[in-house]
Amino acid sequence: MSNPECACHESKGEPLDAARIDQIITAHRGDPSALIQVMLEIQAENRWLPREVLARMAEALQVPLARVQHIATFYKAFSPVPKGRHDVHICMGTACHVRGAPRILDTVEELTGIAPGETDMELKFSLETVNCLGCCALGPVVEIDGKAHGHLSPAQSAELLQGYE
Amino acid sequence: MSEIQLEIDGTPVTATPGMTLLEAARAAGLSIPTLCHHEGLEPYGGCRLCIVEVEQRGRTRLVVSCVFPAAADLVVRTRSPKIDRMRKTILELLLAHAPHSPRLGELAAEYGADPNRFEQEAAFCVHCGLCVRYCAEVKQLHAVGFIDRGITKEISFLPEIALRECNRCKECFPLCPTSYLQAAFVLVEGLMSTNGRA
Ligand code: SF4
Ligand code: FES
Ligand code: FES
Repeated sequence: MSNPECACHESKGEPLDAARIDQIITAHRGDPSALIQVMLEIQAENRWLPREVLARMAEALQVPLARVQHIATFYKAFSPVPKGRHDVHICMGTACHVRGAPRILDTVEELTGIAPGETDMELKFSLETVNCLGCCALGPVVEIDGKAHGHLSPAQSAELLQGYE
Repeated sequence: MSEIQLEIDGTPVTATPGMTLLEAARAAGLSIPTLCHHEGLEPYGGCRLCIVEVEQRGRTRLVVSCVFPAAADLVVRTRSPKIDRMRKTILELLLAHAPHSPRLGELAAEYGADPNRFEQEAAFCVHCGLCVRYCAEVKQLHAVGFIDRGITKEISFLPEIALRECNRCKECFPLCPTSYLQAAFVLVEGLMSTNGRA
């Protein structure tokens, strides 16, 4: 009921779990300082923060919607649009770059049909580039759902992605 | 502990605790240029035009006068070749975004800033935050806020609130140093009246 006309989710047959979202919000009712915590929890479970949800948080936690909206668009951890089931981060840092990261990016873009910052139509992957994941010795590195995969060739990166549902 | 004695541009100035350097200077009739400052709002320190030089225990540094607390025995200079140079550059950067702002134009003339020094990238909003802060702090309506950050940061009206409140208020319009605020509001109004009702 919280997500009346969101076509992207309808087409996916995967509606927002409104009850669960309410549960998270209600647990912190009236506590403005819990805002970011609530946003993180909902983002983690729901993979994005629809505007109606932002409005409900604002009301329940007594934070102006303008501020909630600013925070939701300020941090990269929050997404105002639906995100894929898997977060793919391709390292474009110097070390990875010289070891072939651009070719990995090309391969991944071709395979998924999306560019950095985008999510595919099936909501399978969201692609981002990052500047150094802090494990340069493993370069080139691709991180998927928080797990780092190092020393990848373009072919291996394609294989890796194919292993995800 | 009540009064604080300091010196601004060679003039002895008395301030009370909690005053900023800008307030102390203005109370003494000395002027410092500002863009994002507003007397009725919390100190913000966004535009950096109000920088001054402060000398304390033989060391000189640059501080932002609208947020820097007045303290005893400070020696403050509101103009110097260095300060003027920095203000000039700040103005040139702002002018690249809002070339037609009257307020910026006045200051540019005073500091010899060249509006064409940097490639124009007219975004019109210079992020002074006056509209956002006024609406939040004074009116407590939160009808306009910022979204995003860095070079993509922009103001955004919340249509639900704006349509209800803004028409009878509009107190932030004259605060905007550019004409962007008004333009953004007209746009929101237009969009909402075409797809909201009718
Ligand atoms: S719209 Fe105007 S008042 Fe509001 S932040 Fe931008 S420049 Fe400042
Ligand atoms: S450059 Fe890729 S991990 Fe450091
Ligand atoms: S007036 Fe002090 S930073 Fe803008």
